[in-house]
Amino acid sequence: MAAYDADSSAGGDLAYDPNFVPDSVKTFVVHLYRQIREKNVYEIHQMYEGSFNRLTDRMFRESPWPTAEAVEPYVDGDHVFCLLYREMWFRHVYARLTPTPKQRVESWDNYCNLFGVVLHGVVNMQLPNQWLWDMVDEFVYQFQSYCQYRAKLKNKTEEELQLLRNFDQAWNVYGVLNYLQALVEKSNIIQILEREKEGLEQFTVDNGYDYQGGSNVLKMLGYYSMIGLLRVHCLLGDYRTGLKCMAPIDLSQQGVYTNVIGSHISTIYHYGFANLMLRRYGDAIREFNKMLLYILKYKQYHQKSPQYDQILKKNEQMYALLAVCLSLCPQQKLVDENVSTQLKEKYNDKMTKMQRYDDEASTVYDELFSYGCPKFITPSAPVLDEPLMNYNQEAYRLQLKMFLFEVKQQQLLAGIRSFLKIYSTITVTKLAQFMDVDEATLRTILMTYKHKMHSTDNDGKIVSNADIDFYVDDDTVHVVEAKPTKRFGDYFLRQILKFEEMISELEKVQLD
Amino acid sequence: MAKEAQQQVSYTVEELVAVNPYNPDILADLENYVNEQVSSQKYSLDANLCLLRLYQCEPERMSPPIVARILIKALMAMPAQDFSLCLFLIPEQVQSEEQFKTLIVLSHYLETARFRLFWDEVAKNCSLLESVPGFQQAIEAYAVHVLSLTYQKVPRAVLAEAINKEGLALDQFLEYHVANSGWAIEKSQGRSQLIVLPPNEFNHPELKKNASDSVSYEHVTRIFPVLS
Repeated sequence: MAAYDADSSAGGDLAYDPNFVPDSVKTFVVHLYRQIREKNVYEIHQMYEGSFNRLTDRMFRESPWPTAEAVEPYVDGDHVFCLLYREMWFRHVYARLTPTPKQRVESWDNYCNLFGVVLHGVVNMQLPNQWLWDMVDEFVYQFQSYCQYRAKLKNKTEEELQLLRNFDQAWNVYGVLNYLQALVEKSNIIQILEREKEGLEQFTVDNGYDYQGGSNVLKMLGYYSMIGLLRVHCLLGDYRTGLKCMAPIDLSQQGVYTNVIGSHISTIYHYGFANLMLRRYGDAIREFNKMLLYILKYKQYHQKSPQYDQILKKNEQMYALLAVCLSLCPQQKLVDENVSTQLKEKYNDKMTKMQRYDDEASTVYDELFSYGCPKFITPSAPVLDEPLMNYNQEAYRLQLKMFLFEVKQQQLLAGIRSFLKIYSTITVTKLAQFMDVDEATLRTILMTYKHKMHSTDNDGKIVSNADIDFYVDDDTVHVVEAKPTKRFGDYFLRQILKFEEMISELEKVQLD
Repeated sequence: MAKEAQQQVSYTVEELVAVNPYNPDILADLENYVNEQVSSQKYSLDANLCLLRLYQCEPERMSPPIVARILIKALMAMPAQDFSLCLFLIPEQVQSEEQFKTLIVLSHYLETARFRLFWDEVAKNCSLLESVPGFQQAIEAYAVHVLSLTYQKVPRAVLAEAINKEGLALDQFLEYHVANSGWAIEKSQGRSQLIVLPPNEFNHPELKKNASDSVSYEHVTRIFPVLS
């Protein structure tokens, strides 16, 4: 105990000495190194999530951990361990401190080395999925952060500008995308998932781990890179390609992506957002609903986790996006009761405003979209001549503008909807009168409703998102109310399983 | 890296996009492919998105005529949302150039079914649009699609406005579709013709398959252990 006290006072009083390795850190790296060599995944996970964060809280709240060079002697100079350690080191700096420009570049180099080893070398470790997910997630996050950083040119010092000139390859978008793509390809993960459908692989059952003495690292990095690619493409505004990258993962089922909560949330958040931008509101609503329900039920178990804040933030963002989706495409029956209650608490007023489709509505759409959207980036390298400007908001402004333009195009549909709710048949002439437009305009509005409420899926098939539908016979509009679908089949299945559970519980009871 | 590709079997552009999309060296190939799509009336959204992404990363290599052609091809793909997908990748300053503003206006008119205004604007911009063969027919197909979603029976005048045909040309168009697409023509009380469009699940709701109550195979397998 005394050793810890001495360490913490030393850390607080003196300036940070990157080469000073407190005893507790020595113990930590020695143990971690041994666990990795012995492939004790459970132990590794405890140390990675538990000990690392405890030591950080105790000794490294405001300073970095000792450098990899300093701990190297305690781990036999193991090159790969140092790469892993350095990755954690930079992640800590990003999370608790502010990275210097030089550190940003050095972190990029470290990822290149680390992924290089994984891609070319024969890595035979088994690491916890949480760690492997965090690596990919952090990689994309630091890329996003760097793009934001270098797009703010206005107040940069000459030194910073020189660094940008010298290291223009750091975090270049091709590099980032190509590493993720390479991990997907080299790991063969797409083929593995395909073969699994035919029962030839145990990937999901084993949660990606290898129980035959092999390694899960490349496979899992490949798997998580698919989600990484979805995220990067969303940041660039290419939603279709992003969804394509994720296509091998079947979202209608549990899978490896659901086992680490961070990857589960990131997947659904970006999938939902991409579908929102593709006007596939039904799909977005369904997935957001499932995720929000899950978080509602299980977030209490993650309260102590270092990711808890992130979980809460994404939760709030998804409620905002769900509110937007439901205002554009009122499909209340797709939303679970409990989620609906939460949504009403947070956004009832705003949703009422959005469904009015006036200028005020536009402001609310702007607000919720801006809150819920990802931090879009401009991938091109900065132009470093005078005049230096900040352009870090450009990408976001473009996506917002396009979204609001779409909202505006749908402006008159709310009016139609309210009339369709009341009438079962109505002539074009009368409806035009009620809506205060001429007949020709009304006909265009009717066609716009049809067009906007039917989206095209990836195979070109037309899918209806409409809650209220109609058809026109010459000059009469016939309204068709979508029948509320009672899902008897589902209900029976659930009850059968529930009863079976109850019966087996009862059978266990022994009467004295 | 490009040299290696040449030594092996030369890849088709589609293969390049599938296998090695994040590669600035394929920019020229993708640009040629856009021109090929235009001249041979083919279309590949993925290849065009790939090119737009490359332009995003290296704005100094962007070619406005190529981007214009991509956008026109995307318009022709309606009702698919390709046009907006492309616009998401084109920076605001570029979008504010004259020819792109025109294309955005055209897309806006199509999205909101304002066919009269659309065809008027097309007439003012022949030079831009005539360079892409098949444009007229593609938009006509979109117009017919939207009408088929909306109408069981559509008045002749509405159809005429939507596809920008009158008199003899319109009659020929109707004849063709009556013969090949299951259309029929009725007389509506005293006024002109009513075109009866073929029934589908969108204009005849009773045709909508009620898939909601079917249970998927995977869900049924969950209770197999119970049943045995």
